[in-house]
Amino acid sequence: MNITNFISIFISAVFVNNVILSRFLGLCPFIAISKETKPAIAMSFAVSFVIFMSSVISWCIYRFLLIPFNLIYLRTITFILVIAAFVQLVEMIIRKFFPVLYRFFGIYLPLITTNCAVLGVSLLNTDMFFNNGKALTGSFYYSIFQSLCVGLGYTIAMILMSAIRERLELCNIPKPFKNFPIAFVIASIMSMSFLGFNGFKF
Amino acid sequence: MKNKFKEFLKGLIKENPTFVLMLGLCPTLAISTTIKNGLGMGVATTFVLIGSNAMINLIRKIVPDKIRIPCFIVVIASFVTIVELIMKAYVPILDRALGIYIPLIVVNCIVLARAEAFASKETFLNSILDGLGMGCGFTLALLLISTIRETLGMGTFFDYKIKGFEPIFLLSLPSGALLIIGLLLGFFNFLKEKKG
Repeated sequence: MNITNFISIFISAVFVNNVILSRFLGLCPFIAISKETKPAIAMSFAVSFVIFMSSVISWCIYRFLLIPFNLIYLRTITFILVIAAFVQLVEMIIRKFFPVLYRFFGIYLPLITTNCAVLGVSLLNTDMFFNNGKALTGSFYYSIFQSLCVGLGYTIAMILMSAIRERLELCNIPKPFKNFPIAFVIASIMSMSFLGFNGFKF
Repeated sequence: MKNKFKEFLKGLIKENPTFVLMLGLCPTLAISTTIKNGLGMGVATTFVLIGSNAMINLIRKIVPDKIRIPCFIVVIASFVTIVELIMKAYVPILDRALGIYIPLIVVNCIVLARAEAFASKETFLNSILDGLGMGCGFTLALLLISTIRETLGMGTFFDYKIKGFEPIFLLSLPSGALLIIGLLLGFFNFLKEKKG
């Protein structure tokens, strides 16, 4: 466990392997909710929070339940259930104690369960930081750090996209390309520019 | 009989999951680099769709309305695990190529959307046909995108090298996937406008 590993995880998760632009996780809300900046930011904060918490929980379950009892093949079912239950719990807690926040997040909270980024990061963590059913040294810290960075990358991509699309309202786009098609083309150009980070090596 | 055929056919073009319903785009874009991967993913998703549609249709009357979504997800996740284990056993190369996108079929919106919108309301046979049709439509879309990306991006077709053609490397990168789906969506919109 040393500092260079953390730096390379950071660069890789935020820029080089950006969840949305190069791994294509969480693409549906990225296209659907990026029309205005405010809801886009709300959505990306909610997603980042859930990614962080669910990767902590799923790491613990994987390490202390699935591996000791030799149940690794149940990974998919367990993780998705944990995420679904956790999202439900967060929704209830926020509704009870932070009604302002609840109104801010609105309908985006329950949608997060089916966001591939959440399950994807949990699975990636177990793929990357476990070797043959054994946790690598410092794997818990790496997992937490990676999930934080993925959330950050998600937020950056979401804010950039929504800001561009707000400006796009004023442009004269050919009619068949209105709305979704042009959003994909823009995402493609953004992803191209993120390719520039590929040269970094540590 | 004709009605039954319609349930199957509508998934192919009129309600194509990728281009019309815009569901399940994440795996479509991520694994469409080669035709083989596209086909593998399409078949896996079709299997999950048929299985989960059939199963959910059978249990729809037992499941309480309030917790139906978690129940559906568990059914779907079980079928995905079956696919995962089968692929690990019989096509390990494909399994490695598709990586985490196989378990991610669980959160593929098409599967849950079909369960919620169709299988929990219709008859058993119709649900299976719907799953088959949607799966075939998904596979068709994947084949279309992956054919374009493989031939233009890597200069190969089903791993056979195409001679005298300089591949556009960008198209096999992630940005190429986004570009192609954007252009295809625009093209289909254009066709629709011309027709109607």
